[in-house]
Amino acid sequence: MGLLSSLFERWRAPAAASDPRLLPEGQFAGPMPWVIAIMISLTVVAAASGLALRNAAETASADLEGGVTVQIVTAAPSERVRQAAAVLAVLHKAPEVAEARQVAQEELNTLVEPWLGTRPGDDVEALPIPALIDVRLKGAATPDRVAHLRALVVPAASAARVDAQAGWLAPVFSAIGTLQWLAGGLIALLALATMAAVLLASRNALGNHRETIEIVHMLGGTDRQIARVFQRSMAFDAAAGGLAGLLLGVVTIAALSRQFAGLGSGMVAGAVLHWQDWLVIAAIPLAGVALAVLTARMTVLAALRRML
Amino acid sequence: MSQPDAEIVQFDNVGLRYGTDKEILTDVSFTLYPGCFYFLTGASGAGKTSLLKLLYLSQRPSRGLIRLFGTDAITLPRERLPGFRRRIGVVFQDFRLVDHLSAFDNVALPLRVAGVSERDIARPVGEMLDWVGLGDRQHARPATLSGGEQQRVAIARAVIARPDMLVADEPTGNVDPEMALKLLRLFESLNRLGTTVVVATHDVHLIRKVPESLIMRLDKGRLSDPTGALRYPPRRPGMAPGAGTQSTL
Repeated sequence: MGLLSSLFERWRAPAAASDPRLLPEGQFAGPMPWVIAIMISLTVVAAASGLALRNAAETASADLEGGVTVQIVTAAPSERVRQAAAVLAVLHKAPEVAEARQVAQEELNTLVEPWLGTRPGDDVEALPIPALIDVRLKGAATPDRVAHLRALVVPAASAARVDAQAGWLAPVFSAIGTLQWLAGGLIALLALATMAAVLLASRNALGNHRETIEIVHMLGGTDRQIARVFQRSMAFDAAAGGLAGLLLGVVTIAALSRQFAGLGSGMVAGAVLHWQDWLVIAAIPLAGVALAVLTARMTVLAALRRML
Repeated sequence: MSQPDAEIVQFDNVGLRYGTDKEILTDVSFTLYPGCFYFLTGASGAGKTSLLKLLYLSQRPSRGLIRLFGTDAITLPRERLPGFRRRIGVVFQDFRLVDHLSAFDNVALPLRVAGVSERDIARPVGEMLDWVGLGDRQHARPATLSGGEQQRVAIARAVIARPDMLVADEPTGNVDPEMALKLLRLFESLNRLGTTVVVATHDVHLIRKVPESLIMRLDKGRLSDPTGALRYPPRRPGMAPGAGTQSTL
């Protein structure tokens, strides 16, 4: 009696925030870490693609921001030369122009060679290729500025066509924008698929441990205590899967980078990942763990609320 | 908060049915007082386990009123149930031990659930297991324990947190007479410390071992009152000499 009394008095401590071992660890186990690894790796690749495309677009946009091209479109070579010289003279006097230079014939030949052939004996110079003048403005090539430049140039050279360089790549920027949205949509779908997988795994684990959960409830266990056990287990699974998925994703990105670098395209050269982008990519597994844990918690709490 | 002498449990015209079947419990009304020792008897299928389920809040009644510790248990919000359940120790008829936990961890479970630190768990749990004669089986899983050993673990788990009310469903059904008596003495010790004890059994010999106990009898879902347990004021130990003579047994 005395022993019991002293024992009981000591044990009836107020509830603290302990995390009792209520359920066996690793209850999700099975394919869950692998499912999360696949989801994370796909998300990493999608995010890296989206970020690289954004960087490529930004680089190209910055390069072209103040760029204007003046073409002298006439078949007569002498007239082409005359009008080009006249345009250059006008441009050099214009206050908004930072730089203006005529693209050398050799550069033009190089540009058209891939389309017109480079076999021995080909004479690309015999073709009536327009004279090109590359112009850098002091500010952005807005439609008003381009119109003003056109008004200056056309009186001196009737065959001159003035275009903002960014205008040439507008469809490309539009396509890049679409691809970025696609990458974002893909990431959202992968997040939803991850949530669905976690939801099913949580329900399955709840079913497997229903009897234990009932016992814990009868002993005064709260829903949050039980949910915490599931959360912790899911956190371990998601962390393992997230790490594996990140590694797989990074290896894939590295392989893709090598492939695209081999293309030697100017636009693709701008599609690089900066250190800030790598931080975002490194945060994906963490976001995956948070998403999985939150989903597990909400699923478990919702299911427990249906029990007495 | 319940008053010192106020009822700990009050059932008023409680009925229980599962689905559209006929009622398992019909018009059950009784009052339990703090510090009393009650036996709930009745033949198999009389509704003892169902009545105990209502007592330990595992089941809601189909009708009637139930007050526990001075609070309406019918309208009790779900979030408050754990707090009430921690005040009730339960010995289930089928033990309901957690398979993946050792005997020690099973007994420690109510303390862990209540947030007691690990530092304060080891000693009392060890002493409790010693008390029920399982000090050397602390690390054994339930599957490796005999029926009697499992029952003793279940009892240790029910009493470890010193509940206000102990509800035991056939707690001595799987133990030898010597251990049954020892466990009964444990219940009496708890009872003397102020815990209200409700033991469901059809073992007449067990009931006779506690002469001051009060008896409730269930017969086909209806409650009778052979020893005045349901009266107000009840015939309680020390209040009425000769109470619970159990002559009707």
